Amino acid sequence: MTKAGTGTTVAADTPAPAVRLPRRSGIELALIVVAVLLSVYGYCAVGLARTGAVPPGAVGYGAGLGVLALLAHLAVRLRAPYADPLLLPIGVLLNGLGLVLIYRLDLETPGDRAAPAQLVWSALGITLFAYVVAALRDHRVLQRYAYVCVAAALALLTLPILFPAVNGARIWIRFAGFSIQPGEFAKVLLAVFFAAYLAANRNALAYAGRRIWKLQLPTGRVLGPVVAIWLVSVGVLILERDLGTSLLFFGLFVVMLYVATGRTGWIAVGLLLATLGAVAVGRTEPHVAARIQDWLHPFASIEAGQGPNQLAQSLFAFAAGGVLGTGLGLGHSTLIGFATKSDFILATAGEELGLAGLSAIFLLYGLLVERGYRAGLALREPFGRLLAVGLASIVALQVFVIAGGVTGLIPLTGMAMPFLAQGGSSVVTNWAIVALLIRVSHSAREQYDGRVAP
Amino acid sequence: MTRHIRYAAAFCVLLLAALLVNAARIQLFQAGALDDSPANRRQDIARYGQPRGDILVGGRPVTGSKDTGEYLRYERVYKQGPLYAPVTGFSSQRYGTTFLEHAEDGTLSGTDPVLSPFSLWNDFTRARNPGGDVVTTLNPAAQQAAFRGLGNRKGAVAAIEPATGRILALVSTPSYDPGMLSGNGPAVARSWLGLNEDPNKPMLNRAVRQTYPPGSTFKVVTAAAALDAGVITSLDKRTRSPDRYTLPGTTTTLHNATKGCADASLRLAFVKSCNTVFAKLGVDVGVTDMTATAQAFGFNDTELRIPYSVAPSTFDTSVDRAQLALSSIGQYNTRATPLQMAMVSAAVANGGQVREPYLVERTTTDRGATISTTGARPLRRAMHPSTAMRLRELMRNVVEGGTGTHAMIPGATIGGKTGTAQHGVDNSGTPYAWFVSWAQGDRDLEPKVAVAVVVEDASAHRRDISGGSVAAPIARAVMQAVLRS
Repeated sequence: MTKAGTGTTVAADTPAPAVRLPRRSGIELALIVVAVLLSVYGYCAVGLARTGAVPPGAVGYGAGLGVLALLAHLAVRLRAPYADPLLLPIGVLLNGLGLVLIYRLDLETPGDRAAPAQLVWSALGITLFAYVVAALRDHRVLQRYAYVCVAAALALLTLPILFPAVNGARIWIRFAGFSIQPGEFAKVLLAVFFAAYLAANRNALAYAGRRIWKLQLPTGRVLGPVVAIWLVSVGVLILERDLGTSLLFFGLFVVMLYVATGRTGWIAVGLLLATLGAVAVGRTEPHVAARIQDWLHPFASIEAGQGPNQLAQSLFAFAAGGVLGTGLGLGHSTLIGFATKSDFILATAGEELGLAGLSAIFLLYGLLVERGYRAGLALREPFGRLLAVGLASIVALQVFVIAGGVTGLIPLTGMAMPFLAQGGSSVVTNWAIVALLIRVSHSAREQYDGRVAP
Repeated sequence: MTRHIRYAAAFCVLLLAALLVNAARIQLFQAGALDDSPANRRQDIARYGQPRGDILVGGRPVTGSKDTGEYLRYERVYKQGPLYAPVTGFSSQRYGTTFLEHAEDGTLSGTDPVLSPFSLWNDFTRARNPGGDVVTTLNPAAQQAAFRGLGNRKGAVAAIEPATGRILALVSTPSYDPGMLSGNGPAVARSWLGLNEDPNKPMLNRAVRQTYPPGSTFKVVTAAAALDAGVITSLDKRTRSPDRYTLPGTTTTLHNATKGCADASLRLAFVKSCNTVFAKLGVDVGVTDMTATAQAFGFNDTELRIPYSVAPSTFDTSVDRAQLALSSIGQYNTRATPLQMAMVSAAVANGGQVREPYLVERTTTDRGATISTTGARPLRRAMHPSTAMRLRELMRNVVEGGTGTHAMIPGATIGGKTGTAQHGVDNSGTPYAWFVSWAQGDRDLEPKVAVAVVVEDASAHRRDISGGSVAAPIARAVMQAVLRS
């Protein structure tokens, strides 16, 4: 924590003490090599455990991931040399690990191979990453496109309503054999919009308007549009029964509003609204009520003689992993059945890598989030700060919602574990998030190198 | 703004910390309970993930494992399943295990820590030991002779080596193929239902898990008690017993199936199987000595394991004199498993000493290295050696010129005792045909085998049923098989 008690609100706005930050591109390269090697090692470990031989595709797989990672690294080195050297390697490692886990689960489901498609999506994601890093000279450009972003986000969110529901949720659009989850892209666009809007109106938000008890309300003219957009997003998601994403949007909005205004009251309001919303949805939606019952009594279906449900199976998988795990390829997380490769991918990690591996994965996410926040702290202008905070919070909240769900900490909502889970839209989106964080961190760290940003 | 970004960051750290703590809670503290949940299939998957060890008879496995390629990968298969079912029991993915499959499960499934040379290392690597083998004491020829002898009649055979207690044959009919219960599918469920609903109870192990009134075969015990207690001092001295014995304290009279039982000597009464003589003898010996002798033979023993549990054979200790009279001729509450009656016969053959029977010679690792052997089981004196000598003579007489001539084998000394046990309400059931015997080849130093045979509902007409004609030939076939091998 900063020694914030001494400062006023204005003083708190000055960035952390400046130090001269080296480029550290060599470190990034070294870490990327480690990440690629770890992924290839995991791939070989699965093959050795299952068939006693290194899988024939190991070289091609390693080379593919390596070339993509190098491409990304080159883009960073050339166009964002001051960027945080940890962000890209973490993305590569998580993405590589996800591919290993999906490949490993593919072995159990010969009729449904997901790893090759995931590799294609990863390549797409990394290409997009390289493109964003190279093409987006300055992240502040995005501020200009705030309203384009929000329009696109709302369009993407409403699009799936036109498509048939898949497994009870209307969150996919399908064409030409591909299925895309537009809500994934929408969250980045919405984060950009929130950051731009809140940065532009933060003084008005903080100081104007009526006061209710301890909460200083902004004027409706300022708060109105952003609340409306947020309500529409969450409303649409509830209609589509995508509760995980609506929870994510809610949390994202509250966090960004809190950071922008500095009003703790927003958190109280957010929690209150979240509780009210949860109770209302839990009462009216049988689908959600069932999820909450499962969370409260994960073993009820066993006692009722119907066998373990998905959550119970997931808990069994984590328990089977213990501290050190069963080893890659040697667990039985496929007992979970439906959505093993997507929503429940963490259970496979928990079973086969154990608490040790799981802690490592959580720490990687933690590091990614922390680096995002750090970039936000180092920047001087509010848009960049809010954007970094928003993007990092998306990762943190999403990890919490899905990991908390599959480990029984909170009710289960369908969401994709960033980078790990099967899902093209998710991988591409996460690479976009990392690309933006790279850009922001480059701007943040560049200003201390004697060359102050314009 | 900086301060609030830091607070928000702290909030994210809190979320991740909550995830870590929760993961640790599940993976460290709740793991044991979750692993042991009956709904968690992982233990079953591990258990059936490797071939099960085998049960060996005469050096050859009578079991095997079939790779199904399914989740529960290896399924049990049985060679000559019905023949060995009362020994092996079944190992079913759905219905668990019974008999040797159950009692030796640790060895067969590889979980027995004795199988693992470095158990700590195995805990670390989560490796499982290959299942070990169980070598039985059975004599395959005797087992087959008994099975063939019973044919499609309901009944059981138990054969023991008197000097050691090794079980040489253990057969129960009608039998079933335990392989029908091995897997997990609907066919297995159908088999299970069918076997349980079958009125002939094919899964009942009649040799060790079913008790029958032993009828006249129990007279061996009564005679031993009378001789040991000194109630009878000479085999050929007349016993003062009537031809129709009124049970003490009642008006019920007891008859004999044969003539010439009045005042018969013990020898004559034994050979003719006179009910009145032995009923009165039991009363004369008294409940204390009768009980002591019966228990020395193994009655009322609830602890016997071979290594699976054996139904206790019973001799009622709280009886009045009339009940004692009936108990002494193997009726009233006297009940015995075929194995128990084989033990009675073995005690006579073994000079009055009875050894606890056992079925497992040794267990080995999958490579054949012995990990345990069944040492000498407890030795118990059932009667005086001199009493045993006299009983051997009496049992020989039964085979040589009495009710048991069907058991005669040229070139061997055979002792036997027939029995026809009444049962049912007012003795309305078809009587059980019993035969207990032992055999010693002329060149053998000691008796090689003791057998008990029971046939529940011999298809012959009720009056023709007797241990001598129905059960004795089966015993002879078993004894012959052992003497030849």
